[in-house]
Amino acid sequence: MPQLPDGEPVPTDGSLPATALDAMAANPFSAYLHVPFCRVRCGYCDFNTYTPGELGDAASVPNYVRAVEREIALAREVLTRGGRAMPPLTTVFVGGGTPTMLAAPMLAGLVGRLLEAFGTPGEHGRPIEITTEANPDSVTPEGLEILAQAGVSRISIGMQSAVPHVLATLDRTHDPTAVGRAVRWAKDAGLQVSLDLIYGTPGESLADWEHSLRTALEQEPDHVSAYALIVEDGTRLATQVRRGELPAPDPDDAADSYELADALLRASGLRWYEVSNWARSDTARCRHNLGYWTGGSWWGFGPGAHSHVGGVRWWNVKHPRAYADRLASGTTPAAAREILTPDEVYDETVLLGVRLADGLPIDALRPEGRGAVAALIADGLVQHEAALRDRRLVLSMRGRLLADAVVRRLVLGL
Amino acid sequence: MLQPHATPPSAIRNFCIIAHIDHGKSTLADRMLQITGIVDDRAMRAQYLDRMDIERERGITIKSQAVRMPWSVTRESGASDAYILNMIDTPGHVDFTYEVSRSLAACEGAVLLVDAAQGIEAQTLANLYLAMENDLTIIPVLNKIDLPAAQPEKYAEELAGLIGCEPEDCFRVSGKTGMGVEPLLDEIVRQVPPPVGDADAPARAMIFDSVYDTYRGVVTYVRVVDGNLNPRERIAMMSTKATHELLEIGVISPEPVPSKGLGVGEVGYLITGVKDVRQSRVGDTVTNAAKPAAQELGGYRDPKPMVFSGLYPIDGSDYPALRDALDKLKLNDAALVYEPETSAALGFGFRCGFLGLLHLEIVRERLEREFNLDLISTQPNVVYDVTMEDGKEIVVTNPSEFPGGKVADVREPVVRATILAPSEFIGAIMELCQGKRGTLRGMDYLSEERVEMRYTLPLAEIVFDFFDQLKSRTRGYASLDYEADGDQTADLVKVDILLQGEQVDAFSAIVHKDKAYAYGVAMAGKLKDLIPRQQFEVPIQAAIGARIIARENIRAIRKDVLAKCYGGDITRKRKLLEKQKEGKKRMKMVGRVEVPQEAFIAALSSDDTGAKAKK
Repeated sequence: MPQLPDGEPVPTDGSLPATALDAMAANPFSAYLHVPFCRVRCGYCDFNTYTPGELGDAASVPNYVRAVEREIALAREVLTRGGRAMPPLTTVFVGGGTPTMLAAPMLAGLVGRLLEAFGTPGEHGRPIEITTEANPDSVTPEGLEILAQAGVSRISIGMQSAVPHVLATLDRTHDPTAVGRAVRWAKDAGLQVSLDLIYGTPGESLADWEHSLRTALEQEPDHVSAYALIVEDGTRLATQVRRGELPAPDPDDAADSYELADALLRASGLRWYEVSNWARSDTARCRHNLGYWTGGSWWGFGPGAHSHVGGVRWWNVKHPRAYADRLASGTTPAAAREILTPDEVYDETVLLGVRLADGLPIDALRPEGRGAVAALIADGLVQHEAALRDRRLVLSMRGRLLADAVVRRLVLGL
Repeated sequence: MLQPHATPPSAIRNFCIIAHIDHGKSTLADRMLQITGIVDDRAMRAQYLDRMDIERERGITIKSQAVRMPWSVTRESGASDAYILNMIDTPGHVDFTYEVSRSLAACEGAVLLVDAAQGIEAQTLANLYLAMENDLTIIPVLNKIDLPAAQPEKYAEELAGLIGCEPEDCFRVSGKTGMGVEPLLDEIVRQVPPPVGDADAPARAMIFDSVYDTYRGVVTYVRVVDGNLNPRERIAMMSTKATHELLEIGVISPEPVPSKGLGVGEVGYLITGVKDVRQSRVGDTVTNAAKPAAQELGGYRDPKPMVFSGLYPIDGSDYPALRDALDKLKLNDAALVYEPETSAALGFGFRCGFLGLLHLEIVRERLEREFNLDLISTQPNVVYDVTMEDGKEIVVTNPSEFPGGKVADVREPVVRATILAPSEFIGAIMELCQGKRGTLRGMDYLSEERVEMRYTLPLAEIVFDFFDQLKSRTRGYASLDYEADGDQTADLVKVDILLQGEQVDAFSAIVHKDKAYAYGVAMAGKLKDLIPRQQFEVPIQAAIGARIIARENIRAIRKDVLAKCYGGDITRKRKLLEKQKEGKKRMKMVGRVEVPQEAFIAALSSDDTGAKAKK
């Protein structure tokens, strides 16, 4: 799994600079909750997750829940220091791991604990958007009903593929038909539905990918995320590729897959709003993720979770036991943090904003970035209409596939 | 004991040791230092006389040394006579032939040292010829006779055949154990003639090396031929007419010891306070400024660079540091020449001239090691004399400056090469030399199994990859020596490499017309593998003038985007961008094409390992 970044130490009480607390007040505030449990560990996955057998009692589910409750209390304390008002929660996102590995009442309880602890700006005392991730085979109609009652408004289902041999390579255990059932139940419970897809799995043909896309679209999701498979160091998949047991993903094939995805999704009424995300309407966009991409503040709860508050980023220790131990002894679970300089904030603004269909205001760019725009238009990497008419930098289809190169040209003037 | 300045020539023996790398010269010298008692066992260390790290590591001698050793020979009557042995350690590489010739000129005898398990090698043979040309008395010695693989009988035959003696005249020693070294010293006294000179004539001493020392300035090694040199005198350099005060004069034994002077036949050092070895040139004659000699000793010539290469700092901001470093090295290296040069691809650097490839390697290694510089060097090339149709003459030291247009004649330097190899490889060597535009000059069998082949070859071919090819085709058994042998007219063309239509000066090469196509195809293919895909298609072309002779294409990259960028990915992604900012320094732009420095290095190195540099 990916190493945590290097950073500076965090005060043991988790306290934040007053400047960060002041800065966050201007922006919407969100919560992320990391659930580090999975039934099996997939060969391609490098997330901070554990199967039940991997964790002893000290990091059991009840201990995890208790630790999260302690972190919620810590967050309250840190954020209201100096008599500040509690920031209202705009969005909540529960990710993992597999959040639905927790029994629905337990998951609902944790969501409830978050809502109790923070104010909420939405109607009926609820945040505008509460999302949970789920595996197709770990949901039930009853469970979904419980979550909806607790305020969950959106579910992101890890479909990945509709092709059995692709799912097998990914170590996904679900029956492809489970997806349709899960989507129907979620819709019945009144939830918005997003489907997660992966392309570029070794052995996947373009026809396989088209089949997965068409199968996903038959479910009429509100939202689709499609990610190119990355062979992460340290995963079983990486070992298989290194040994030559599986072919390495080909970036040209991935480009074909991306273009096919965008064409089919658009034909079904879903439009891109971020490089890897498509939505049926503006209201179907994931508000929570948009917060990440537009400099919003959030507190990430749970082992390995990352947070950002007013220009300070920090990340929790990864192991559930270390996480629980820290909180039990009354210290912050944060492993390290960084206080962003204005240059770093600028770099992030560009590298995140470029990925959005709303784009970046060209006038917010520094001179070397503004100087690069004409060449980017000439190279067909940004949309000239948006640049000329709205003074916004919006990627073209080719630009979306080369977004990282565009960022280098904007920031480094390369 | 015999003191410097007061040693009669009849008691002096000046000798050198001629040997191939690894044949044990330094080890034998070490034993001599111990046996004559000037270095005690406690102070002894291996390769005592090699001062530079590079010398020790590579087992080669770059700078000469001259050590004065006392030795007494017992007569049959029991009485013993005292002698002084001056051992002049010579550089052992083809690049330094001139330095070798000056060292040999300082001696009356030479120990021809040959590994008893390997036999004579081409470079040794070349130096042996030089020694015989200088009328030196040759004492053949087989070393390493303690090795199980030693075949002293076989190689004694070979040596006897070469120098015209009897096989049993070959001495057998082990530098490692010291066996046979004492009798060898006695034999040197017996066989090597004492120096002859006129003690009353105006002083004449030949410079056979000069070395820059940070603390003392230039230390000049001389052999006195006539007259004598004394402290506090003013001396004159006969080629430059420059005069200096003799601040210190002495002998090395084996550390510098000041003396009252140096007389006829003696070998020692001078310090005048000059700071640049160019003011004290190898081969020049030192005389007394007040009472100068009329005629200088013969044989002096200016060092002439044969091989050129562009040296560029990888980090452009190191350019001033590179200039300072070259200025410092120059103090100790009269043969090194350089002038500033600008490359569109590599930035600011220097075009440097060297005596040969080893000289280039040594200079480069010293710049990197002693001055902490990261360098790129362009493919070494030779000097071309180009005559235009309008009669104008141009000397080309940088291939990218090779003139286009109406060229009447191009002359390239050639060398006389000697190759020694087991006779089974004759066919392979002939094939190689033919492919390298060589002309066979002659062939002799040294023994039934070993052959000496003499070729005339263009130096450019030697500089390209001749030695590597020779080694690989003879499984490492062949040895090579060569010396400059004038020049010849050749049908040469300049091949340029273009990236997206833009010429990359660092990759231009001057090659024979018949090889231009192969070179163009190989270079274009190599670059295709080394240059990462760009956001646009990049054609790579090889061209002679306006004519394209080879073409490759780097397809545009289609996908360069990380799929996921959520809360936990942001810091990592920003840090990656920061790293790329740093990496930008190492990125060279050719037009709009980003070429990583690693690609340049790999493309310019002749081996194929560089292909790994591609990301």
